Amino acid sequence: MKVGLFIPCYVDQFYPQVAVASLQLLEKLGVEVDYPLQQTCCGQPMANSGFASLATGCDALFARNFAGYDYIVSPSGSCVLHIKDHLQVPGQEAETTHIRNHIYELSEFLTDVLQVKELPARFPHKVGFHLGCHGQRGLQLAQMSELAAPAFSKPGYLLSLVQDLEVVPLSRPDECCGFGGSFCVTEEAVSAKMGQDRVADHQANGAEYIAGADVSCLMHLEGVLRRQKSPLQVIHLAQILNGQVDA
Amino acid sequence: MSSRQAILDRIKENKPAAPAPWVKPPFQVPLPQDRLALFQHSIGAAGSVGVLVPDLVSVGIYLQERFMSPDRVVNTVAGVGFGRDVSTAILEKEALAQVEVAVVAGVLGVAENGAVWVTEEQVPVRVLPFLCEHLVLVVRQQDLVGTMQEAYANIKVDATGYGTFIAGPSRTADIEQSLVIGAHGPKRMHVFIIQSEL
Amino acid sequence: MDKLTPKTIPVPDHPAAAAAFQADAERANWHDQALWFIREKRDVASKQTPDWELLRETASQIKEHVLAHLDELLIQFEEKARENGIQVHWAADGEEHNQIVLGILRQHGIRKLVKSKSMLTEECHLNDFLAAQGVEVVDTDLGERIVQLAQEPPSHIVLPSIHKRKEEVGELFHQHLGTEKGASDPAYLTEAARQHLREKFLSSDLAITGVNFAIAETGGLVVCTNEGNADLGVHLAKVHIACMGLEKIIPKAEDLGVFLRLLARSATGQPITTYSSHFHKPAPGQEMHLVLVDNGRSTHLGKKDFYKALKCIRCGACINTCPVYRRSGGHSYHHTISGPIGAILAPNLDRQKNADLPFASTLCGSCTHVCPVKIDIHNQLYLWRQVLAQDGQVPKAKAVSMQAMATVLANPKVYRLAGRSGRFMLRWLPGVAQNKRLNAWARQRDMPSPPKESFRDWYLKNRKTK
Repeated sequence: MKVGLFIPCYVDQFYPQVAVASLQLLEKLGVEVDYPLQQTCCGQPMANSGFASLATGCDALFARNFAGYDYIVSPSGSCVLHIKDHLQVPGQEAETTHIRNHIYELSEFLTDVLQVKELPARFPHKVGFHLGCHGQRGLQLAQMSELAAPAFSKPGYLLSLVQDLEVVPLSRPDECCGFGGSFCVTEEAVSAKMGQDRVADHQANGAEYIAGADVSCLMHLEGVLRRQKSPLQVIHLAQILNGQVDA
Repeated sequence: MSSRQAILDRIKENKPAAPAPWVKPPFQVPLPQDRLALFQHSIGAAGSVGVLVPDLVSVGIYLQERFMSPDRVVNTVAGVGFGRDVSTAILEKEALAQVEVAVVAGVLGVAENGAVWVTEEQVPVRVLPFLCEHLVLVVRQQDLVGTMQEAYANIKVDATGYGTFIAGPSRTADIEQSLVIGAHGPKRMHVFIIQSEL
Repeated sequence: MDKLTPKTIPVPDHPAAAAAFQADAERANWHDQALWFIREKRDVASKQTPDWELLRETASQIKEHVLAHLDELLIQFEEKARENGIQVHWAADGEEHNQIVLGILRQHGIRKLVKSKSMLTEECHLNDFLAAQGVEVVDTDLGERIVQLAQEPPSHIVLPSIHKRKEEVGELFHQHLGTEKGASDPAYLTEAARQHLREKFLSSDLAITGVNFAIAETGGLVVCTNEGNADLGVHLAKVHIACMGLEKIIPKAEDLGVFLRLLARSATGQPITTYSSHFHKPAPGQEMHLVLVDNGRSTHLGKKDFYKALKCIRCGACINTCPVYRRSGGHSYHHTISGPIGAILAPNLDRQKNADLPFASTLCGSCTHVCPVKIDIHNQLYLWRQVLAQDGQVPKAKAVSMQAMATVLANPKVYRLAGRSGRFMLRWLPGVAQNKRLNAWARQRDMPSPPKESFRDWYLKNRKTK
């Protein structure tokens, strides 16, 4: 099994530690991982702003980078969902279909493909979990609160394997953090307020960390936390599962 | 061309292709023996008082104990034996507006939500159940169904010119989402469930 | 006292209106929490209803069937309704609808009427039209009466005055209904409205209602209220005019078994509205009219990506759950129907005026999954963005930065060079770049600090040998 690691642009630039943890974790689990060096972005920033038509170059590049792998894995639910729903390159239907069907968000890759049953990780902290809307509702990594359907959570299961980690419940379990791509600047007032409210929910429930499966949400929440000079920190699921956090 | 024809033509031109046929699946329904308890729960939750009585006479006795004077009650259900007869009640707007209590028979009750189906056959005028201060509905236990789907299977909505499901006293929460019972219609409601045949 | 000036229509700029709404933090927080509370009640009710998801799927399928057979169903409905003694009118747009209503009023020499909730008449701006003709229109739904007295449009299709605090309602009622100065108890104010409107009900000869469902098979219509105001108005009037959008049709009475199980639970968490009234024939001595209104619907029906929005049953669940609506208020949508459903309906009527609305969303998807008829709302928001961008309805600055971003991201070498210049990534976003003072991200949030090296640099150093 050959896995191509997809590290979204802003993770590469701002959160390399998340990418490192993802890579190390997969390697630790015996996966042969390759990081295609010519990758950039999934194209979502343009598409969600209404300019999917401008993302053709980005799409073609993505297909070129990742068509050759058995699986494509990424620590960002939102980017994975975008590829799954929208990747199309004229003349490369077979390649893009393969990619769309074999791209996985990291936690679902661990639970569904690798079927991880144990992890050598310890994280003695109170953690609030913010999955991210696209992972939650789009990729269905966990049951959403909207549906009358049995509860499950793939990242939640993985967190349950971590020693000494306590997940704190939130009063609004899957409320959006307000990032939303360019929404975060075009609708600044609402976006920032959503971030503040999301942070407040974690604070009120005694979390020491906001853990997430989507770096874009974490970047947003971290922006709010730093402005508040809050001791609450954000952390990506991969960092916890990899057990490489300085605690 | 009339608007009618223009609209219909445009719809015909624009309407999407028919989706694949959909067979309505069977839906779960409460067990018949559970209907009464569920119905009682539902009417209580909607702010009505549910009373299980053996027969219609018991309704009259209950009302007499509560309202003392039959003048306060307009009764449209034969057998209740308390209150003014409809024939003696004046059916002008202004007089109707003074009605304190109205007793009306329901055709059928729905366990899942406490709604009672009332048609214009049960009332001398359509407005009566809405204009009174206090509505008393009477429904037979044997006429309870579990869900709205069962309800529609058991009624014919166009058998009369007007019918309504009534599920409690009128209510509103339009001021700060604060629930107030008694908006424009009745402020109080009783639902009598008759154990024997009407 | 009831001579009200026309309602002010807010400026079409959702972000600015939302920012203004947020400026009153106490109210904004209250608004968010009040609507979230309703969303939670909806969750409880849906989870207590066996087969909830199956009900949603069934309702969705019925509505898809309706849209695919809309012309036939309307013809069937019209025929049956006429047999029942209902006079059926067809209106191509809001203007024709208003003229039809005015014609009926004139025919009877009626100059005042009561009206229960009808989003369609709001869409057609009937109140303003009739007021200009000297007709007194009294909205009888409490929330609608409140916004009518305040000379504002409703901010929510189910909860028209959800943006108003009780003290404001108290002040309005003090001015218009003579309640005690400073009194704000909801029970007291509701009682005052009851007495005030009771008099209006008793003295009106004509009542207008909306329509929740029209049954093709039987030619009847269903109106749902909690307050009983539709029934009181209609039963006390000589003339009943029901106004409905074309899409409100359903094939059979038995379909109501599905829709009425979903509607109130989705809207407020109640198992059913207090009154679900089925009108098939006018009462003896009464006259009943039905106005079928198109107003863009038959055109909307032909839009492959967007026609499914016509499945909407106006429960408001998507509005209550929307994290953006809750924090920006209904008026920020400057359209009759606010929230996510409004944002996908409005551009069908006027793209330019409503170009901001599909962007008033994070695409979180909650709306789609509370929708009782399974409209793909967030997907349509995404698709509207594409249409609006193609159409040139997106701010120039955004279009320019998107073009720049697309160029960079399609070219790995350029991307890497740009990345080295540090905070490049966030500079892509329009409004972040040029000017620190105007940096929309940084007003309330810190920028992420750039690390020593990118992941790619780390990878080349640590895994290159592999």
